[in-house]
Amino acid sequence: MSPNVTNLNKDQKINMSGTTLLKESGPREVFCGLTSIVWLHRRMPDAFFLVVGSRTCAHLIQSAAGVMIFAEPRFGTAILEEKDLAGLADAHEELNRVVKDLLNRRPEIRTLFLVGSCPSEVIKLDLSRVAQQLTHAYKGRVQVLNYSGSGIETTFTQGEDGALSALVPLMPEENSNNQEQLLIVGTLANAVEDRLKTLFQRLGISNVASLPPRKSSELPSIGPKTKVLLAQPYLSNTARLLKDKGAEIVEAPFPLGVEGSELWMRAAGKAFNINESLLNKVLDPLIARGVKALEPYKEKLSGKKVFLLPESQLEIPLARFLHRECGMQLIEVGTPYLNREMMECELKLLPENTRVVEGQHVEKQLDRVKEENPDLVVCGMGLANPLEAENISTKWSIELVFSPIHGIDQASDLAELFARPLQRNELLDNKISSIN
Amino acid sequence: MELTLWTYEGPPHVGAMRIAASMEGIHYLLHAPQGDTYADLLFTMIERRGQRPPVTYTTFQARDLGGDTAELVKGHISEAVERFNPDALLVGESCTAELIQDQPGSLASGMGLNVPVISLELPAYSKKENWGAAETFYQLIRGLLQEKANDHSGHNPTAWKEQGRKPTVNLLGPSLLGFRCRDDILEIRKLLNENGIDVNVVAPLGATIADLKRIPKSDLNICLYPEVAESVCSWLERNFGMPFSKTVPIGVGATEDFIKEVRELLEMPQQKNESTDKSKLTWYSQSVDSNYLTGKRVFIFGDGTHAIAAARIAQKELGFEVVGLGTYSREMARPTRAAAEKLGLKALISNDYLEVESAIAEAAPELVLGTQMERHIAKRLGIPCAVISTPMHVQDVPARYSPQMGWEGANVIFDTWVHPLMMGLEEHLIGMFRHDFEFTDGHQSHLGHLGGQAHQEVVQPEKQSQDIDDLHDAEQSLPIWTSEGKEALAKIPFFVRGKVRRNTEKYARQAGCRNIDSETLYDAKAHFKA
Ligand code: SF4
Repeated sequence: MSPNVTNLNKDQKINMSGTTLLKESGPREVFCGLTSIVWLHRRMPDAFFLVVGSRTCAHLIQSAAGVMIFAEPRFGTAILEEKDLAGLADAHEELNRVVKDLLNRRPEIRTLFLVGSCPSEVIKLDLSRVAQQLTHAYKGRVQVLNYSGSGIETTFTQGEDGALSALVPLMPEENSNNQEQLLIVGTLANAVEDRLKTLFQRLGISNVASLPPRKSSELPSIGPKTKVLLAQPYLSNTARLLKDKGAEIVEAPFPLGVEGSELWMRAAGKAFNINESLLNKVLDPLIARGVKALEPYKEKLSGKKVFLLPESQLEIPLARFLHRECGMQLIEVGTPYLNREMMECELKLLPENTRVVEGQHVEKQLDRVKEENPDLVVCGMGLANPLEAENISTKWSIELVFSPIHGIDQASDLAELFARPLQRNELLDNKISSIN
Repeated sequence: MELTLWTYEGPPHVGAMRIAASMEGIHYLLHAPQGDTYADLLFTMIERRGQRPPVTYTTFQARDLGGDTAELVKGHISEAVERFNPDALLVGESCTAELIQDQPGSLASGMGLNVPVISLELPAYSKKENWGAAETFYQLIRGLLQEKANDHSGHNPTAWKEQGRKPTVNLLGPSLLGFRCRDDILEIRKLLNENGIDVNVVAPLGATIADLKRIPKSDLNICLYPEVAESVCSWLERNFGMPFSKTVPIGVGATEDFIKEVRELLEMPQQKNESTDKSKLTWYSQSVDSNYLTGKRVFIFGDGTHAIAAARIAQKELGFEVVGLGTYSREMARPTRAAAEKLGLKALISNDYLEVESAIAEAAPELVLGTQMERHIAKRLGIPCAVISTPMHVQDVPARYSPQMGWEGANVIFDTWVHPLMMGLEEHLIGMFRHDFEFTDGHQSHLGHLGGQAHQEVVQPEKQSQDIDDLHDAEQSLPIWTSEGKEALAKIPFFVRGKVRRNTEKYARQAGCRNIDSETLYDAKAHFKA
């Protein structure tokens, strides 16, 4: 197999930890950071996300959410109109008015995130000033914060990085009463979070907190007694801010798959000086069970070729899992953005010469997909059916941020997500030859 | 600034995408940030298209803004033209690019490309999707046909007679992400063929640039979807003298009127009325088991065309009582108001989802005909619902043939509107028999359950139904239901329960009762019947 990468920018080709890191630029096909509101609002039911943007922004969130079953969802858009663009002073006032209406209508809101968009950034609407003023006006009742989810600055999951970064300054400083704590950072499904906490407790780490918390108004404390364990790979800015607050960032791969989750938990154990024998005692049976549960999927996935298009920044840890635990062959691993420092542990685990591509030229990348004819492509919703129509199986990357996939116990569920399209492909007798 | 929770229409450039993606050989260069690429999924997911829409997004980033974004745009234009080699290039911008004023249209025109360039100006901060579709279609037709306008000034819709051929017409307006357009075209083509009329061009759906150029050769334009095609039809009338038909053939009566109008415009002899044989709706509605449809209270909301058509069918062809009529489309406000007035109603013109929801709750209908938004409203209120208009979801793009227009369209409408009501009746029967041992909790119709969408499994509804106590929280100073009153209310079939509850409360307030028991309920019943 000799992958044709002639259309990638060789000048920027760097070899690191055995992988081949490449950069590509051109038209991209990714969501913007606003999209993360879709899961953030569910994690913190006492928070509201108000996008300050255009009809496009409102339409994006609605389309990414896929359905609409909330009477009054905990997110909305303050849509800028022509008259708002004419005079900036008015736009600030208008925003004040919209927020006041909203807060009067929804007294249960404790935290309001004003989320910047491309239009609000371009016209330089000062959301932080509005947030400060409103926090002052609603003192004690509602905390108003701001961050940007704009597509000119952020992709998809980076929106969560922005939201969490906005919460960090509000986290109370540790005091002498605080004990050492483990802080898990990144949205997890509630059930997974509970399970992980139970496991940490078995390891003797009883003081475990989460960011984002389930209640936006109950933020964990932060300071030198906190050790941060990142559950998601896209939180580089949040991690930096937590470090600035004196917390220690525990370096580890991400908790996807049996191996990743094991290394992740062991890293935490080490940071808390948990002795090796207790770690083994707790983890070994879980690992044995996890590996066994993976077997039927490994059988389906082993030797199959997978191509990951850039979208969620989960691509590198997923590739590591799919290769090392499921035996898949990695054709290309795309990522919208690569933070080398954060990904160092992960990159080391990828096989020699894995093609890791940061950025995107969607047309050229799809050319490569067709050329390589992979068995499975991980991609966004806009691209899935067009690839299926060419008889290439796909997995939506957005499903991976919605599903409970973290931790040793979930590894087989994670593998199942990738095995299902392949299995379906085998089940169906007929395939289309041409459509539309 | 307008607070929006859910929006009925996308931004105008999505309308432009609908035109581009509907046609063959067109490419759309959209100056827009990366997040705007979400719009592809509307086509690939809702319509299950197996092709990406023919759109190149420039996906500029914040760091590009300091530099030369114009060069970036030009780079994308030449690359797109080289790669896709289109017959025509649409060039436009989304909301963000509109603010930075790169004028991609004039940039493209200045590049000396070997392809017609149509520059689109779609004001993102004042206009919406359907307007964007209409404007794009109009700019495209004008751009391609303007020069020929003079040659055709002497258009004669009866030329077919002298030339000894069949009359020919164009079907204008069907597009992707429109409601059932694919099937409507087939049905209307069949209908016209039966009348000895040939279809020349269908556009934009499935049309090429060459097809568009053939439009003036036909005798008549059929404005099938005014939201998309009306501006084009009027322009063709003004500049080419081509008349166009204005009746939208949805429902038996409207289909008859449509045939009459088209034959009249073409100066064909009128035919004897035969629609009762052509559509089963007429007979099904007359047959005895449809008696229970009489006076069913129905609330209608959608795009203007489908909502107005639905009101006529509901009232004149099914014997329903229309208790609410409205549209989210400001462009269609005037005809919708007129239609509502005829029904003795005040039209609801709004794109505020919450306003629509409270209007429905207030009207307490037994059936809602709406968009996918109203489907969710109805589900929450426990009212049967059928979807009659965009915006729609993937389940509203059925695999089977299901037009809305013509005779078969009327059949489809009968089935899809009456079916949820029958389910309502079944629900009632289940209610009546629920204490019998055969009936366990598992036996329920789809009503009251959530649909089977993947994400729906993940997301839990916040309020599936409202019980009396919830409503009390919302509206103060209402009389209080005694537990005996609540029990009596619970025995009333759910599909009239809302109406009974409202009437009883209204009565109790008028009569100054503080507490509602079963007697108040019967008093109210007598009062409103009298
Ligand atoms: S890319 Fe920008 S304009 Fe588009 S939806 Fe995202 S924030 Fe809004």
